[in-house]
Amino acid sequence: MMRIFDPHIHMTSRTTDDYARMAAAGVRAIVEPAFWLGQPRTNPGSFADYFDSLIGWEPYRAAKFGIRHHATIALNPKEAGDRRCLPVLDLLPRYLDKDGVVAVGEIGYDSMIPEEDEAFSAQLAMAVEHGLPALVHTPHRDKARGTQRSLDVVKESGIAPGHVAIDHLNEVTVDLVRDSGCWMGFSIYPDTKMSPPRMVEILKTHGLERMLINSAADWGVSDPLLTKETAEAMLAAGYTEDDVDRVLWRNPVEFYSQSGRLDLSDLDDAGARGAEPTFEGSSILRGGG
Amino acid sequence: MTESERLRAALAAEPGHDVRAREWLADALARIVERPETVGRSFAAAGRTVGRAPLADAPDWTADEAARALLLAALPPDRVADEAAALYRYGDANEKRAVLKALPALPVGAAAVPLLHDAIRSNDARLVTAALGPYAGHLDQAMWRQAVLKCVFMDVSLATVDGLAERADAELATMLAALAEERAAAGRSIPDDAVALLTTLTGEKKDA
Repeated sequence: MMRIFDPHIHMTSRTTDDYARMAAAGVRAIVEPAFWLGQPRTNPGSFADYFDSLIGWEPYRAAKFGIRHHATIALNPKEAGDRRCLPVLDLLPRYLDKDGVVAVGEIGYDSMIPEEDEAFSAQLAMAVEHGLPALVHTPHRDKARGTQRSLDVVKESGIAPGHVAIDHLNEVTVDLVRDSGCWMGFSIYPDTKMSPPRMVEILKTHGLERMLINSAADWGVSDPLLTKETAEAMLAAGYTEDDVDRVLWRNPVEFYSQSGRLDLSDLDDAGARGAEPTFEGSSILRGGG
Repeated sequence: MTESERLRAALAAEPGHDVRAREWLADALARIVERPETVGRSFAAAGRTVGRAPLADAPDWTADEAARALLLAALPPDRVADEAAALYRYGDANEKRAVLKALPALPVGAAAVPLLHDAIRSNDARLVTAALGPYAGHLDQAMWRQAVLKCVFMDVSLATVDGLAERADAELATMLAALAEERAAAGRSIPDDAVALLTTLTGEKKDA
């Protein structure tokens, strides 16, 4: 069975049915970037509890399905524009030291206002200080200019381009990022962003190097299995199984391994640590204690 | 031999505890004595340096848990309770578990009981289990019973509950019997070790 590493998926918003389907489809490892929840938060404490979940409860839940979960932590671009949330930046260093945190992210722009500049630059500096890669979200509105401006800020920060993934790219923005030396992230969505056939066309044009494919599944209309569907579209287009493995496993492993914290050991034993094997799956499948 | 000496010896006896791990731990411990505020970063990084495998000479402990217990024990006694609370509050699940396991050997009195309450409120069996070690002697009986019942509910082995035989009482037996009855009505059962505990408790009651 093919192995899939989804480098960007918001499992907090997904159900155990999704975990079961993902495991059955070959998803063995995921990275969950800190992002917004649709409903804007209004204070730093709300973020602290969310970050705790990303390094506590969610990896535990994933492990019940044999899936290894890592996270990226940041004040996201959608909420960085709210002054009430800027103190979240003071919370971050503590979380960026954690074992399960493999990058700073999602950072970047939403509306390209000065508050977002401040948070973006400060968090790129934190990535450099903690020796972590950075995951950069690109805005959905005014995307091309937002992507160029993001690359400018990345360059100015001094972080190595190879330590940066610029995400949610499409046919219009891929060239800019490829030329910058940053990794190229593509979110495959049912209706918006990218589709599997369009993704295959991009791979044909731009090659497999530094390419990251994710489902970015969250609380909106999205599908955690579109990574697999893209893999199948690649095979149908004549790519080999090794090509698929490169894009959907080895590339994300290479990118996040730069953190020195990606732990994919004993994947088959996931969930067994510190626990009796007899309760594998039970407390969650039964609805909790 | 103190608990710290025992854990340190068990760590040192590990083949994987190489020069790098030894030096890292010695440096971190020395730094904490001089500047206690450095404990946070060392605590977070412990697993990446000393590893996470169970210790042959202290099988209930993993290497990262033991190293973290040593870091806590190195703090000035008057700061341990506050630092333990902060490390727990901002810890990932493994850090939280290490704090809980280290509590019995730390000079904190009953000050860390709120951490046990937090762990028991969680739905993470690793934390619930770690909350029921020897430090659970500070829990009141009602909370302790609820925690034991939660273990049964989550299928966590009762072998991990410290002092179970001494502390289990008639009220716990009543609660276990009610859970067994509810499960039976649904065509399900309670785990074998809970059945055994219930049998022991109700048997003793008849004898008395």
